[in-house]
Amino acid sequence: MFSFCTDPATLEGFQWLSCYLTTGKHMSMYWAFGTVLLLLAITAPTALAFGFAGASAARSQVAPLRWIGKTYIAIVRGIPDIAFFLFFVIALDQAFEYIRHRVKCPDWEEPVRQGNDFIVCTAAKLPLGNAPQWVHETYGFMLAVLTFAIVFGAFAANVLFGAMRAVPKGQLETAEAYGMNRRQTFWRVMVPQMWVYALPGLSNLWMVLIKATPLLFLLGVEDIVYWARELGGAKQPQFTDYPHPDWRMWYFAALLVFYLCFTKVSEFVLSKIMVKLTHGQATAAGEAQRRAAA
Amino acid sequence: MSCWETIADYALRSQGIGERLLPRTDFTLCQQFTLIGSGMIWNIYFGVVALCFGFFLATAVAMGKAARNPLLRKPAEWFIFIFRGSPLFIQFFFAYFVFLSLKDVSSFFNPLTSAWAGALVVLFLNTAAYTGEIFYGALQSIPKGDTEAADAYGLSGWPRFRRVIWPTMLRLAWPAYTNEAIFLFQSTTLVFFSGFPATQQRGDALYYANYFADKTFNPFIPYPILAGYFIILTLIVISIFGLVNNRLNRHLPQNARQKIKVRPQIIR
Repeated sequence: MFSFCTDPATLEGFQWLSCYLTTGKHMSMYWAFGTVLLLLAITAPTALAFGFAGASAARSQVAPLRWIGKTYIAIVRGIPDIAFFLFFVIALDQAFEYIRHRVKCPDWEEPVRQGNDFIVCTAAKLPLGNAPQWVHETYGFMLAVLTFAIVFGAFAANVLFGAMRAVPKGQLETAEAYGMNRRQTFWRVMVPQMWVYALPGLSNLWMVLIKATPLLFLLGVEDIVYWARELGGAKQPQFTDYPHPDWRMWYFAALLVFYLCFTKVSEFVLSKIMVKLTHGQATAAGEAQRRAAA
Repeated sequence: MSCWETIADYALRSQGIGERLLPRTDFTLCQQFTLIGSGMIWNIYFGVVALCFGFFLATAVAMGKAARNPLLRKPAEWFIFIFRGSPLFIQFFFAYFVFLSLKDVSSFFNPLTSAWAGALVVLFLNTAAYTGEIFYGALQSIPKGDTEAADAYGLSGWPRFRRVIWPTMLRLAWPAYTNEAIFLFQSTTLVFFSGFPATQQRGDALYYANYFADKTFNPFIPYPILAGYFIILTLIVISIFGLVNNRLNRHLPQNARQKIKVRPQIIR
């Protein structure tokens, strides 16, 4: 990275450290922080969409739709979510391959499950066997995102379902009195008002989502946990220019600090948003704001 | 091999008792039920022990956070922030590697590098922080009248805490604490995925469920079994905590009692 890094063996102290922390592998680790942020950026809106769909389904007048929505909300209670993560990654992968198998190889005779094997025709493999490395990595990442979205969608559905019920009855009755039908009441009256009730739950969920990101490691994505283990392990002089003993403790300490800072910043931003949203609302917090301003 | 033989061989496998080799081919449902159930012993062990010890530290931490003296308050606040603000998964990894380096200092720390002690310490501190925050919230919402009544009776210091503040705090915190206990049991599944080695394949329920899913490439059997076990465990926790809740609320009229409401669990 720096010009003085050509011969690491001669370096001392701070110079050595600055060269060590800018090796190619460390750059990959810094990119992995980007992976975490990317996961958050994609998962949060997707999970919110899943949650909104789940909560609306749970309120539906059509019984089967309502059952699906309620089951979706209920299913994440009482079961460790890490089990869901491990489960969905395999299950989704197999589901996609099975569907493609059905579409692409209709004249395949043997069963897909043979004993302990799951066999689909080569054309249905995901990603294709001859695909480049980055396709495999992206596919793995997309599976992880989808898994996160499904699990967190269920949490979000629960929050939004509660928020929809928290919208004052009088508001909905007024809408009916104006002659709105169910759909109009839902979109024009309930949905705009529910966010202030949902925000405490959703911001809690955001904190939890941040803290769930290291589980990417379990889903086989090369994330920061992977790199911390990889780079921190003891390095022998014969294999690397930068030998060092086992430093994994320090790498994980750095991750710990990263997450603590992230939490702190999120807390700060969310409290600002809450202040914005309560402004002018008919809630206790909104009333307190009005008094303070007056 | 009949199912009874399988149970005899594998029921205590997670403790290293019984058949040494895990099944490798021709997995039966019975084997999956038995081994995953055997792994539950670890989950229950971690959960129960961490909860029992964590309870006392949590009370101390909550009192510390509510204290006026900054020498008590600041450490308690930082303790809660560090353990609640970072992922448990990273805490496990960090603690494991700290314990590994402590091992070089003195052989006294040897047990900490194995899961039964090391992971337990992390879970204990973690639940103490989460519970401490719950108890702190409850301390803040103790009705003013209760403490004033204590003052009027001439209670102060330890008797005031023991007879008025502590029982009221517990009563107010109990529904949230029940949820915390459920989360704790669920987060015990992280232990063997986070550095702590499962020596001789003595793992917890998720470890075995994952083993079967990897071997059979079929996630649709082991994970639902695991889910079933955890739902049963959750129901047991709720009923035990419900009994305590009834006792804490026994002086109140029926309709003023706080009900335990189970909220969806959350990853830490």
